[in-house]
Amino acid sequence: MQIKVRKPLIVAFCCNWCSYAGADLAGSNRLNYPADVKIIRVPCSCRVNPTFVLRAFQRGADGVIICGCHPGDCHYTSGNYYTRRRMTLLFSMLDYLGIERERTRVEWVSAAEGAKFAATMNEFAEQVAALGENRRLEDLRCKK
Amino acid sequence: MQKVTRDILIDRAAELLASGMVNRVLGWRSGEFFYDVVPAVFRSEADMRDGFVFDDFCGCNFSKYLVKESARSDGRILVFLKPCDTYSYNQLLTEHRFDAEKTYVIGVPCDGMLDIGRIKERVGEGVIGIEAEGDELIVKTLYDGDKRMKREDALPDRCRHCKGKKHVAFDELIGEECEENDENASGRFEGVAELEAMTSEQRYFFWQNELSRCIRCNACRDVCPACTCEKCVFDNPKSGVENKAASDSFEEKLFHIIRAFHVAGRCTDCGECSRVCPQHIPLHLLNRKFISDINGLYGEYQAGETVGSRSPMVDYSRADLDPSEAIGKREE
Repeated sequence: MQIKVRKPLIVAFCCNWCSYAGADLAGSNRLNYPADVKIIRVPCSCRVNPTFVLRAFQRGADGVIICGCHPGDCHYTSGNYYTRRRMTLLFSMLDYLGIERERTRVEWVSAAEGAKFAATMNEFAEQVAALGENRRLEDLRCKK
Repeated sequence: MQKVTRDILIDRAAELLASGMVNRVLGWRSGEFFYDVVPAVFRSEADMRDGFVFDDFCGCNFSKYLVKESARSDGRILVFLKPCDTYSYNQLLTEHRFDAEKTYVIGVPCDGMLDIGRIKERVGEGVIGIEAEGDELIVKTLYDGDKRMKREDALPDRCRHCKGKKHVAFDELIGEECEENDENASGRFEGVAELEAMTSEQRYFFWQNELSRCIRCNACRDVCPACTCEKCVFDNPKSGVENKAASDSFEEKLFHIIRAFHVAGRCTDCGECSRVCPQHIPLHLLNRKFISDINGLYGEYQAGETVGSRSPMVDYSRADLDPSEAIGKREE
């Protein structure tokens, strides 16, 4: 008999200029990171509307990570600075509502940091897997 | 009891109406019950003598009404604003939502408004009158006769921790202006701190309990002086969150997070959202969480204190902390 192990679903918003290229580098370097990480490419990390994060959880994500250029290296000069403030407030609010804080993260990954991308994703996937299924911010209608 | 009586306000409004300075007055009109005070536009002195009130139930913040009302006619509109309402007035001016030249603001002092919900919690239904006696209220009820309660217990949260009795915008003032900020203002974030001290699970159940009562009447959005978008995300049928009563637990959370997030950095903490909530959900706790985070992480900021100030949410500093550090720092 086969035992089904539930794998966490992770949504990663990656900025086009740094993190998406970083993920690409991780791939071309044959670095392993979990296949449960679904990458969504965005023009800049500040394109990520707080609703996107909530929507990802609604549609069954167990963890959401936002990756952008290192502060100071934004392709659009200042996008990631806004992301930083916005996501700080959003994550703090989710924590305040009792949603596990470990399910959300912001990480800066440059185009040259393929290894960092893979390491971050491995670590984050492990962390989210330890928490189990996302129950506190789920939409039962989406789980039929 | 309010120090300024309705007659003083009506007399002054009548003078301004007669002089042609203003052509209408935005004020409070008594509703079905004496505690159901509603906003209304008065066009003449006779109209005001007939229905205008100013008492302990005039909590309504008129700032948002000015957006539509000032666009309606070329004349000026007279508006009565309490100290905390003037913050919203400034915030709307900052956002260019109406023309200040079309308004005439009379600042009225406020001794704190009463919350009929809190009174009914103590004395039950059938409230027919309230009299003040020192620090106490004598509540007349239909079924149980007179009952006494402390005035402090009847104050809504926003008045209990009043952020100041000083008007930040006005054309003229009626009554004495109090320069001092209330010493209670520091207690504003007590409720937030209490929740933060709980475990994550306790908080989850607290909010689940509160938010599951939401009936999605959208009153909190409609009354909010910071929510003045002409097209609201929650009215978009394609957004998937425009449903009303059919909402489920996710949608309630999403609605309330996004509602509070949209006004983060612009919320003046006027407390109207909690006042109008028919389900008595403590919505100000969500707004105050954002305010306390902003104050703690990006420096003290009071929206609406000055016209033209830049909200911390449309600003940044190179020294800002990453979310993981920032949330950890707050806990220490």
